[in-house]
Amino acid sequence: MSSESNPIAALLWTFGLMSLFAVGGANSAIPEMHRAAVDVHHWLTDKQFADVFAISQLSPGPNVLIVTLIGYSVAGVAGALAATIAMCGPTALLAYYVSRFLDRSRDARWPALIQAALVPLSIGLMAASGLIVAQTSDQSWIAVLITIGAAALAFATRINPLWMLLAGGLLGFAGVV
Amino acid sequence: MPPESPPVAAPAPDASDPSQPHQPGLFELFLAFAKMSLAGFGGVLVWARRSIVEQHRWMTAEEFNETFALCHFLPGPNIVNLSVVFGARFRGIAGGLAAFAGLVGPPMVIATALAALYARYGDVDVLRRTLAGVACAAVGLLFAVVFKMMMPLLKRRDVTGLVILAAVFVAIGLIRWPLQIVLLVAIPLSLAITILTRRMVKP
Repeated sequence: MSSESNPIAALLWTFGLMSLFAVGGANSAIPEMHRAAVDVHHWLTDKQFADVFAISQLSPGPNVLIVTLIGYSVAGVAGALAATIAMCGPTALLAYYVSRFLDRSRDARWPALIQAALVPLSIGLMAASGLIVAQTSDQSWIAVLITIGAAALAFATRINPLWMLLAGGLLGFAGVV
Repeated sequence: MPPESPPVAAPAPDASDPSQPHQPGLFELFLAFAKMSLAGFGGVLVWARRSIVEQHRWMTAEEFNETFALCHFLPGPNIVNLSVVFGARFRGIAGGLAAFAGLVGPPMVIATALAALYARYGDVDVLRRTLAGVACAAVGLLFAVVFKMMMPLLKRRDVTGLVILAAVFVAIGLIRWPLQIVLLVAIPLSLAITILTRRMVKP
């Protein structure tokens, strides 16, 4: 059974392996997904990949769902399931064991130290990816204003952030952005 | 699962935190993660923090920071890792599975339905314009979370932490050095600084 003749096996293998190297989250694995889906396996064309990415951003849920869509376009619902489980399962298991290990050795000082040391790195990384996404999404000054407005409102008030997303979507729909 | 791990007792040993209000049940975990996931356009972190820290108060801001940081640096999708780790902390493996199923299940159905629609009606120009607007607001929400997560550091005047944070931001966001190299340098450095400063505070 070669992986090329069985698309489900190919999906499981490709995304299972990829997930183990995806440090920094699903969004930092996007370039690698593009390479695998478009260049290596020819599952999607360039344009299809861009559209799949847009749909994954438009639908709610974790960003990792882009693999669900890639899986769906390769092998229907079974493909969607296989790709999602392959991308999430192994690392979730790893995270479970690591965190249980850290919880158990709570008396030891170094697990707490490691976690404390990672916090500023994690926040810095997120600020950086915010900036990178902003540079592609905020192409006009109105777009920048929407971003700043949403950030200020979400930080300072308890208004449900869905309203801000909705407002952004309406402005985009109207062609203002 | 072997009987060796009493899951409910897992978070207990830390006696310094008597204010743990309420242990979420399996269905509650499923529901909470399904809700934050379905609200999470352009990323679930915003909603995860809102739900876990602000609404349910299942974790303090600091606990959330530390748990998320761990999941951030383990490979794989952060929020998926977070759901499993968080669920398992309260209800063992079953809790992890419940949170995971809530996070991934419902949006997976929606995404698959959207993909099927897209396969039939391929023209997504209006969709894309709308999406561009949503994306602008979503980035703003991300920045708001970043500021909120910085608050514990600001409150205890953690200057070294803030400097490390700024350095990572500049290296990855502005100079665009590759992630792996930055982390390879930054993780040991941050660890060393953290150990040194703790040692100076309480010898």
